Amino acid sequence: MDFESHAGEIRVIAEAAPNYHRRRQRLSQAFAVVCASATFLCVLILVGLLVSVVWNGIHVIDWQFLIGFPSRDPEKAGIWFALIGSLWLIGLTTLLSVPIGVGAAIYLEEYAAESWWRRLVQLNISNLAGVPSIVYGILGLGLFVRALALERSVISGALTLTLVVLPVVILAAQEALRAVPNTIRHASYALGASRWQTVWYQVLPAALPGIMTGVILAVARALGEAAPLVAVGTAAMVTFAPSSLSDEFTALPLLIFEWASRPQAAFHELAAGAILVLLLVLVVLNMGAVYVRYRYGKRIRW
Amino acid sequence: MTDDSFKDSVPSLSRGNAVRHWIERGIHAVLWTCAGVSILTTVGIVLVLVFEAAQFFREVSVVEFLTGTRWTPLLSPQHFGILPLVCGTLLVTAGAALVAIPLGLATAIYLSEYASPRVREIVKPVLEVLAGIPSVVYGYLAVTLVSPVIRDVFESKSIFNAASASIVVGIMILPMIVSLSEDVLRSVPKSLREAAYALGSTKLDVTIGVVVPAALSGIMASFLLAISRAIGETMAVTLAAGATPRLTLNPLESVQTMTAYIVQVSQGDVEAGSISYHTIFAVGLALFVWTMLLNILAQWILSRMREKYE
Repeated sequence: MDFESHAGEIRVIAEAAPNYHRRRQRLSQAFAVVCASATFLCVLILVGLLVSVVWNGIHVIDWQFLIGFPSRDPEKAGIWFALIGSLWLIGLTTLLSVPIGVGAAIYLEEYAAESWWRRLVQLNISNLAGVPSIVYGILGLGLFVRALALERSVISGALTLTLVVLPVVILAAQEALRAVPNTIRHASYALGASRWQTVWYQVLPAALPGIMTGVILAVARALGEAAPLVAVGTAAMVTFAPSSLSDEFTALPLLIFEWASRPQAAFHELAAGAILVLLLVLVVLNMGAVYVRYRYGKRIRW
Repeated sequence: MTDDSFKDSVPSLSRGNAVRHWIERGIHAVLWTCAGVSILTTVGIVLVLVFEAAQFFREVSVVEFLTGTRWTPLLSPQHFGILPLVCGTLLVTAGAALVAIPLGLATAIYLSEYASPRVREIVKPVLEVLAGIPSVVYGYLAVTLVSPVIRDVFESKSIFNAASASIVVGIMILPMIVSLSEDVLRSVPKSLREAAYALGSTKLDVTIGVVVPAALSGIMASFLLAISRAIGETMAVTLAAGATPRLTLNPLESVQTMTAYIVQVSQGDVEAGSISYHTIFAVGLALFVWTMLLNILAQWILSRMREKYE
């Protein structure tokens, strides 16, 4: 190589190098600071949101608020019917979505051979997970409320929410089943167990903590969903608590929506109070998920 | 032990096997049906939307629906041009992307490239909590927290504005962008980073010059999924952006999104079978097609990306 003719350039670069290097290092550090602040901002946003809700809502929560009935007077209004309605809703949704969802996951992970059918079902589930929840509401309106004439009942709402959370349950259960090592299955088959015996006695117990976590996340989702319920025509204000599947009902997120859309500040405070109750239930559910993962996740070791 | 006693047990064993066999077949069929429910759901969505929207399109031409610039199905004279709703949806979504993409990508880069395991252990649950907060709660926050600030800062008179909807929807989709982008950033092989360091790169050069380009398609997929989520977002947008279908790009004005329109009709007493009732299925169909296309595109990009690094 002809170094002589480039000697001048090489010298210039060598003299500039320390400066150049320092500048690049400083730029790199600045970038790290920018990214760290973005992360910090995310945490700050969450803290800010929670503080704002607690600040505005904590003082409206009392016994009267929890067991009170709907009212035009913000002083007297309560969330009792909505609370009961929400419990009905998540109870039914869990009953419907867990067997179907876990069944579908077992089919996909343990039974179905790699084929176009399996790929179609899998792709379909991933896509359903991304369908806006209000579209499920429209399906519920056309199918359950009108075609099956179930009207605006608890069961219409629960069936609609079941469809909303099914992809969540299936995807979580699939992941849990996939995490069970194949050696367990092989050992079971080697002892003469059938496919279902293997699934029921070996795979499912091992996957249970993961499945439970998914179920709890799905229940949390069902508890917070308002859009599908609005679309099926659920009213925000009802004058009684549901006592059977065909009764009209309301749910906490709908009541929050109703109160938040009113202009008066007093109703906004009620909305904050109801949000606090909703978040509290969500926190309890999530703590349940953490507990299940911790308690049962440790028992099985491979 | 004689041979007879052994023979005796054979028939019962085989009968047991036959029963066992049929039980297994039955269970297989039940599980297959469970999986079929998901296919039925999609078929149901498509059938209901197409069937009811077809009744709408019997009275309104598709061209008028897709190109009309006025949307007044609940007033007379009725106009059925979806463009104002599309415009409102795009305005809110673009604003949300503007909030969430820079913040989300920077956070993802920090978590994947810089953060210590301890920081990651704290931040990831925080993001999970953000993702778990119901949409209606974000709506409440838009109305009571964000909107007043925007009104004060920009001296706007409208209680409802697209900007406050954009900000809260941006916060809603933020966790999605962070967790998906972080996953793809971390899936970039370590050898690529080490090669770049060996050539004298700073951490910035490695991150921006090597890791992000290598993960770019996956990052784009995470943006697409988040945008699709923002398009379908309902309660927060309804509460914050208002109910005024309007062709505007001014984020300080009240607009109506496609989802908010569906809520508005669902809340009112619209007679089943009327044309106003059918509009929600036509709008729902448009919404479904849009989000579906974005989701499929994103899934396709992600699966190609997975093939590349596995």
